[in-house]
Amino acid sequence: MTYAGERETTEGRVFTVTGGDWDTITNNIDPLSNEKIVVNMGPQHPSTHGVLRLVLELEGETVTEVRPVIGYLHTGIEKNLEYRNWTQGTTFVTRADYLAPLFNEAGYCFAVEKLLGITDQITERANTIRVLFMELNRISSHLVWIATTGMELGAISMMLYGFREREYILDIFEETTGLRMNHAYFRPGGVAQDIPDSAIKKIRDFLVYLPKKLKEYEDMLSGQIIWQERTQGVAVLDVTGCLALGITGPVLRSAGLAWDLRKTMPYAGYEDYEFDVPTATTADVWGRYQVRMAEMRESLKIVEQALDRLKPGPIFVADKKIAWPAQLAVGIDGMGNSLEHVAKIMGQSMESLIHHFKLVTEGFRVPPGQVYIGIEHPRGELGVHAVSDGGTHPYRVHMRDPSFVNLQAIPAMAEGALLADVIAGGASLDPVMGGCDR
Amino acid sequence: MTTPENSTGGVPVSADPVGADIDAPAQTPSSPRKGMFGITGSGDVSGFGGLVRRHPEVVGSPKPYGSFFDEVTDALEEAYPGFADAIEKVVVDRGELTLHVKAEKIAEIAQIMRDDEGLRFELCSSVSGVDYLNSDARRLHVVYHLTSMTYRRRVRVEVAVPVDGTVPTVTSVYPTADWQERETYDMFGVVFTGHPNLTRILMPDDWEGHPQRKDYPLGGVAVEYKGAEIPPPDQRRVYQ
Amino acid sequence: MGIEEKLPAGILLTSVEKLSNWARKSSFWGATFGLACCAIEMMAAGGPHYDLGRWGMEVFRASPRQADLMIVAGRVSQKMAPVVRQIYDQMPEPRSVISMGVCASSGGMFNNYAIVQGVDHIVPVDIYLPGCPPRPEMLIDAILKMREKVMATPLGPNGRKMLEARKAAGQMPIVAPGAMPSSYRVDKVRRAEWTQAVKDGREEQLRIENWMKLQPHLREGGK
Repeated sequence: MTYAGERETTEGRVFTVTGGDWDTITNNIDPLSNEKIVVNMGPQHPSTHGVLRLVLELEGETVTEVRPVIGYLHTGIEKNLEYRNWTQGTTFVTRADYLAPLFNEAGYCFAVEKLLGITDQITERANTIRVLFMELNRISSHLVWIATTGMELGAISMMLYGFREREYILDIFEETTGLRMNHAYFRPGGVAQDIPDSAIKKIRDFLVYLPKKLKEYEDMLSGQIIWQERTQGVAVLDVTGCLALGITGPVLRSAGLAWDLRKTMPYAGYEDYEFDVPTATTADVWGRYQVRMAEMRESLKIVEQALDRLKPGPIFVADKKIAWPAQLAVGIDGMGNSLEHVAKIMGQSMESLIHHFKLVTEGFRVPPGQVYIGIEHPRGELGVHAVSDGGTHPYRVHMRDPSFVNLQAIPAMAEGALLADVIAGGASLDPVMGGCDR
Repeated sequence: MTTPENSTGGVPVSADPVGADIDAPAQTPSSPRKGMFGITGSGDVSGFGGLVRRHPEVVGSPKPYGSFFDEVTDALEEAYPGFADAIEKVVVDRGELTLHVKAEKIAEIAQIMRDDEGLRFELCSSVSGVDYLNSDARRLHVVYHLTSMTYRRRVRVEVAVPVDGTVPTVTSVYPTADWQERETYDMFGVVFTGHPNLTRILMPDDWEGHPQRKDYPLGGVAVEYKGAEIPPPDQRRVYQ
Repeated sequence: MGIEEKLPAGILLTSVEKLSNWARKSSFWGATFGLACCAIEMMAAGGPHYDLGRWGMEVFRASPRQADLMIVAGRVSQKMAPVVRQIYDQMPEPRSVISMGVCASSGGMFNNYAIVQGVDHIVPVDIYLPGCPPRPEMLIDAILKMREKVMATPLGPNGRKMLEARKAAGQMPIVAPGAMPSSYRVDKVRRAEWTQAVKDGREEQLRIENWMKLQPHLREGGK
């Protein structure tokens, strides 16, 4: 009676286990130490950060081979973009990596603006708002990271704390953009709406509130022997490995290389902000944890500088052929175009009417060409390769998502380690399957 | 507007579709060369239906290229003896350098780009494809974005192959291209010879067709909304 | 479910039915089926701010064999569809499905080759929850409606017979369980209003009228 299908391979006997009583299986097999079992982890599993499937070959508790299988969340975002105009693309792109939606939008908008050639015309206020929100989003993404990683390694209360702090940031986002997630706030040419003063007050309160909490969480985790045992020396990937596999972001910085696109190839005015790039030398999960906690603090610094830098001004590029023709205000029946603006379009200015019409029906045209933009996403380098053929729809937009590239490192980190280290390693890479599969 | 004898509780009943023509043919690549509104055979007498767009041609840029581009091309020429053969076109556009290269030579060129002292493009940021339908026989382009951390600059290398064409893999030089080439194969059908594991990565393993190609339909369904039927995005009227 | 189902139709069965349904609705155990952005909102609903623990749902069971509510949260791609079905099949009866978000309900904004246009193509859905993503409060509202539906489920074949008998005798509640909007359910007067409107077949009209009453520029009956 067989309970586990077995076959001889060049590497010995391989057993496929799909269920059944463990004792019966082991009793039917030779009690030698070099049997392999194939375990399928996912795509539905609490620890796979979304729908990641890992096919593991185990010898006892040691992993001999791990093959990640992705594609369970492939949405065809890139193809959908080809059937929408350039401004509508923001709403699609924002749902790729759903934990850092503003970064997706930022990458896409920078690419479109480079194609349009208006990168220098983006107003200072728009750039400052973009930096401000990107850093807030970085903090919220890292909070989700520490929450889910903590939960997966067993520190379940970290999940509650992380999501609790994140609610403050989502509140700020909702105040400004109207949505908690997937905002479609950054548009090619600027940002959709201005920040209300109530949101600025919330941000300032948050800046005072979070550092105390971060210290609390660090005290809770860093000194804890179980956390240290599970993260130190686990899932090591040194600089050569990282560069060969194209890993960027906190994983690369935990290996010691201070490569941060905000410093090395700055965009959106990042060269004017004062902040450090935290690195670690241990290249393990512990190092990545240190790097991400430190990055949250650096982001708080940038947020503060951005708030101080915020001066009144336009939030959209001045070119009327690109700027979204809305001036929103809250009226008696909710938010919509302000009445003066409607009166101006309908009654006074023929030009505004024509611009409004053309922009809403067609969208603006982007001169033909292709660009590649790289920004520093919480997980690494987010690249956007945008190709235009001169029309109102993107011809091809490819997002080089950091999670997609970083996941290639799982075999390198996990093979030879214990099963629990696969979880820790995978969690430390911070993959978000929405971005990975797009 | 509800009528007193509406007995469905205010829920719209399905009726005949109103509005767009759901039998319209799927829209092929965006920005069609002819026509303005993306539909044909309607009663449109505006004359915009006869509009013909010139297809944008990509022309090589003349030397000197400016900024760091000359450095890069000169270093590559020095280090790679087959430079004149392999490079088809050099385009400088919007502050970026694009080298159009013959498909067979990409692995050698990648090796030199990574190892040569003057080039040092250690990181392959992205490998992706573009389908230039209606351009010429070599319609599938594979685009490699290389980043030099030492010199803090980027370069793009582009190869073009026809639909059944093959491209040598660069995974021996840049292992990061592994999954990215798999994605390009999955989405476009470009076969990378020498790849350790060229299988579908995003679509299910038994999927037929290569979705990101321009002649692959978007594949949506018509949506019923408040009594009307809205066709899927690729069959709607679109203002180009 | 056991001996309870074999009870003869009558007052004993209805009491046991009520008890069993109350126990089921008060202790939904969700199966972790978070796919995309909606999963994050689901996790936020389980977080301290919008606490699902108030309804006994803070624990999400990883194993579908121990779960009775599958919240399909996020877009279901073609590759994921057989997995959804398999997880659903592994759940023991009685089970329910909430499709959270527009992508799960109807394909959402992704009307294309890669996304299944509505998870009801794969599994039977009890409550559809639109939103992109729906706020945690909307998810809680959907769960509360689910609880109402569960409370009205018949128990066993005898229970179903009793339900048929009630239907035949015209004794069904006017508003289907789970169909009343929460803003009407909270207030006795409004509940009666809604029930009357459903009887007359004009609940959409009632909603519109009440909304118009709240608009400041229409309060005087419109100008």
